[in-house]
Amino acid sequence: MAALTREETAALIQEVLEVYPEKAKKDRAKHLMINDKELESSKKCITSNRKSLPGVMTMRGCAYAGSKGVVWGPIKDIISISHGPIGCGQYARAGRRNYYVGTTGVDAFCEMNFTSDFQEKDIVFGGDKKLAKLIDEIEMLFPLNKGISVQSECPIGLIGDDIEAVSKKAAAQINKPVVPVRCEGFRGVSQSLGHHIANDSVRDWIISNRDGQAFESTPYDVAILGDYNIGGDAWASRILLEEMGLRVVAQWSGDGTLAEMENTPKVKLNLLHCYRSMNYISRHMEEKYGIPWLEYNFFGPTKIKESLRKIASFFDDSIKEGAERVIEKYTPMMDAVIAKYRPRLEGKKVMLYVGGLRPRHVVGAYEDLGMEVVGTGYEFAHNDDYDRTIKEMGDATLIYDDVTGYEFEEFVKACKPDLIGSGIKEKYVFHKMGIPFRQLHSWDYSGPYHGCDGFAIFAKDMDLTLNNPCWNLMKAPWQKAASEAEKKAA
Amino acid sequence: MAKLRQCAIYGKGGIGKSTTTQNLVAALAESGKKVMIVGCDPKADSTRLILHSKAQTTVMHLAAEAGSVEDLELEDVMSIGFGGVKCVESGGPEPGVGCAGRGVITAINFLEEEGAYDEDLDFVFYDVLGDVVCGGFAMPIRENKAQEIYIVCSGEMMAMYAANNIAKGIVKYANSGSVRLAGLICNSRNTDREDELIMALAARLGTQMIHFVPRNNVVQHAEIRRMTCVEFDPTHKQADEYRALANKIVNNTNFVIPTPIEMEELEELLMEFGIMEAEDESIVGKTAAELAAEKAA
Repeated sequence: MAALTREETAALIQEVLEVYPEKAKKDRAKHLMINDKELESSKKCITSNRKSLPGVMTMRGCAYAGSKGVVWGPIKDIISISHGPIGCGQYARAGRRNYYVGTTGVDAFCEMNFTSDFQEKDIVFGGDKKLAKLIDEIEMLFPLNKGISVQSECPIGLIGDDIEAVSKKAAAQINKPVVPVRCEGFRGVSQSLGHHIANDSVRDWIISNRDGQAFESTPYDVAILGDYNIGGDAWASRILLEEMGLRVVAQWSGDGTLAEMENTPKVKLNLLHCYRSMNYISRHMEEKYGIPWLEYNFFGPTKIKESLRKIASFFDDSIKEGAERVIEKYTPMMDAVIAKYRPRLEGKKVMLYVGGLRPRHVVGAYEDLGMEVVGTGYEFAHNDDYDRTIKEMGDATLIYDDVTGYEFEEFVKACKPDLIGSGIKEKYVFHKMGIPFRQLHSWDYSGPYHGCDGFAIFAKDMDLTLNNPCWNLMKAPWQKAASEAEKKAA
Repeated sequence: MAKLRQCAIYGKGGIGKSTTTQNLVAALAESGKKVMIVGCDPKADSTRLILHSKAQTTVMHLAAEAGSVEDLELEDVMSIGFGGVKCVESGGPEPGVGCAGRGVITAINFLEEEGAYDEDLDFVFYDVLGDVVCGGFAMPIRENKAQEIYIVCSGEMMAMYAANNIAKGIVKYANSGSVRLAGLICNSRNTDREDELIMALAARLGTQMIHFVPRNNVVQHAEIRRMTCVEFDPTHKQADEYRALANKIVNNTNFVIPTPIEMEELEELLMEFGIMEAEDESIVGKTAAELAAEKAA
């Protein structure tokens, strides 16, 4: 049961669109839909992956953010150079809490900012020489790096620097992969194209590096793709897979290494966590190496059970039994979590607006806690994401693509959720409106939220936020007295 | 002190912009005017005849050596040549790398910030790369820079085509600022009825042919010696031509927003002067074999 009926939701969308000029109204209308679980495809009711309108507040990032920030950055033993002026690298430094094991500055580098720090002269004379020198210096100062990626900022594409030639030459000199990535921020409409470009560069420069080399494989080899290990998510997922008898050969890019990436084509099954950002490389490995891939969801016990059984279905009975064993082992623990928190959260309404997979993946976890997601949307999804979302969301719920600041606020005012899950840019807007809020990009510096360990933390965090006594203190005492007096009078 | 006049010289590549500009500037200097040349071409060949040098060390080159343009002083980049003419070259990358347009922007901003224009100058001439390929090369005609544009052209078709295109560019900036087309300088290539043709083109563009500079080998003789004709042989009649041009520019008040013409109109003009033959539409896109077959039929 949605918060609003289908008719009420339709009226709300109309009302919100009303303030836009004609052209903007027409455009934005295509990005808003009322869910209908019967639909097979989202094509007819929502448009996605289009340029945002000038003048609205959009939460999107750029292609550089998608490549450096999401896909390449978390590979811990590869040094990713932010090639261009200082800001892109510096303000994106260590922002995503992609946890890793290693000694930063010695054999792991994710939290550091490597940049060519472009100056005027580099624009005018080109930055190729500087890039070559930078790679030399990196190799001298950080000899334990396993490879280098060159993440292009906007000017690289504008002035036409030949980073491919520099990379090729440097790779031969240092005898390590040096990967040129053409992820200039002005390309595409959001970070989504950056994911694709990054996937393509992994395909072209990394994936086939160990083709034909000996590898001691087992029938149970899998890889975790598209888990960025935010707050340790990938580790919490890995426990379950290993306990059911699988061997996790690679996990990337969160806490990932070059060796793991290169060994990924040796696995039997690719387990894809974030479909949006890594479906491209999964499809490539399916085509070239015949490795099947499977999307899984480790948020909340219901989805975890479902996913474990789906994963096991690719393997023999020992793994199927392993999955059941794992489920059996964790069910009491999950039940205890639900028993503790469900009564405190039951019936509460949630609205989401996140990035690539969470707008649909966390729905099950909230439902496990008795909560209902009444609205959801993505910053940079494509229609295949919405196809998958339709099935996860309740009938007549609101779905919004690249929602504008204005629309989101209005939707929240009308739907009156008890909790909002979105990002740092939205957080304080809704705090000021007196609505409990959790960051669902960074887990509000908590986590992990994946797996069984993660669910316990997720449930606790939602309770802490939603039932925090501060929300009752939003009104000043004199305002409270006045409104109560009014109520009495009425 | 008279108000500083800033002029930009545009025109098709190889038309003789730099040579004409330097001879003109030499003539102005000879008459007592205080002039500065700002070369806006990565080739940096806009000041060699005034300085008797191969190529002046450029702003961008010095900036790259010093670390950044902020580390430079005006006297580092400015050289004084014949007749006290101040010379600056913006400079830029070798062909195929970096962004030459940004070099022009950086150099001109530097000159402004350092007060290169503040002193007793009468004229600044910007000698700009042949094609305005990007925003950087339009820098000299933006707000508060050059107000007068002179286009060097000749009676050759491509030179006139380029002149018309440059006029289109000027319209864009003229509507938002105070830049105006001040005239065409015909640098003769000895084509037929060249002066009449350029006068006709100028009329269509709403401007004037400010001067017809005849072709004379003495210009090349002077160039070999890295000198302007005005300096090399001041008594030569060619030097008088540049003096005449200089004088006309000093007294010029004919500043207009140009009225560039359509391609068809330009072609008509060329046909009128016998430079181009009327196009036979029936042969367009036909191969030799097809034409032969038609002939046989």
